[in-house]
Amino acid sequence: MMETILQPWPWYVAGPLIGLTVPILLLIGNKAFGISSSLRHMCAACLPAGIPFFKYEWKKEVWNLFFVAGIILGGFVGAYWLANPDPVVIHPKLAEELATYGITDYSSMIPQQLFTLENILTLKGFLMMVVGGFIVGFGTRYAGGCTSGHSIMGLSTLQWPSLVATCCFMAGGFIMANLILPFILKL
Amino acid sequence: MSTTNNNTAAAPVELNTDFEVRSLDTMCVNESHLEHQWWHNFKYMAVGIAFGIVFVKAEIISWFRIQEMFRLQSFHMFGVIGSAVLVGALSVWLIRQFNIKTIYGETIEFHPKTFNKGQIFGGLLFGFGWAITGACPGPLFAQIGSGGVAVAITLLSATAGTWVYGLVREKLPH
Repeated sequence: MMETILQPWPWYVAGPLIGLTVPILLLIGNKAFGISSSLRHMCAACLPAGIPFFKYEWKKEVWNLFFVAGIILGGFVGAYWLANPDPVVIHPKLAEELATYGITDYSSMIPQQLFTLENILTLKGFLMMVVGGFIVGFGTRYAGGCTSGHSIMGLSTLQWPSLVATCCFMAGGFIMANLILPFILKL
Repeated sequence: MSTTNNNTAAAPVELNTDFEVRSLDTMCVNESHLEHQWWHNFKYMAVGIAFGIVFVKAEIISWFRIQEMFRLQSFHMFGVIGSAVLVGALSVWLIRQFNIKTIYGETIEFHPKTFNKGQIFGGLLFGFGWAITGACPGPLFAQIGSGGVAVAITLLSATAGTWVYGLVREKLPH
């Protein structure tokens, strides 16, 4: 039993569990599932700077900050107490491609040859961590939600604007991963 | 700015009638009208913990999994998102069908999202960032918990991105 739990969980276990977050949050407090709004609440709480977009009662949304704090804790539990002892398994074609950029370390789900503090001062590291993070935060808010708010909550409630957003997330991802990212990884 | 959304019913207290822009606002994510003690929020933390564990154990926080998804080399992420939507949609349908109330007896409210161009421009931008960082906002938090120290910089930068969006949003096409 424990051995099965330590192995990576298949999609048909993880997906339904994630889907269940939608009714759970609704049932325990009428909350709409969404994660990227937490970034906005942090801005509103820490540095509203008189910007109208951040002038609202963020304290009423504090549940969202508890929720993301829980995700951090859950990340810790999953990685340290329920850790998969084996290296990450990846598609051979991806491994072949990544090897050409010198990425060969699969010991962590966060590539240790890319996402480290030392790398932030390199052009590649700066583009991937700082610029990448920036457009995640900018883009999700511009789109009004991320994978959770639009793709899961929005699609679950059959909202077509969320379908548009989801298609754009995917289109952006395909363009970046196949057409632009290879040049960044070559840096 | 189009006029198509002007018949959207606004809450009486809502003074901002720019509905296209308002639809981006998440101020109303807290639909509950009940006031609770702050420690009631720990139940959301508990849900978050379960959620974070799933993120790690199903390798949704894996940069490699995201690369596989965008190269169509693995069904995993499509399966995760697809089955999550199916379960979510079925639950929402059940809640609506049987008018299921919250544990406090409140009626569950759903608010329609309004279309605006931000979903296209912002969506594409986020897609770019998702493929680079290998993480959407949820996994960013889980990655930090899983020991990704450098990801804290990515999260900080994402928060800065949200802040800059707030700063320039009036100048952006919506």
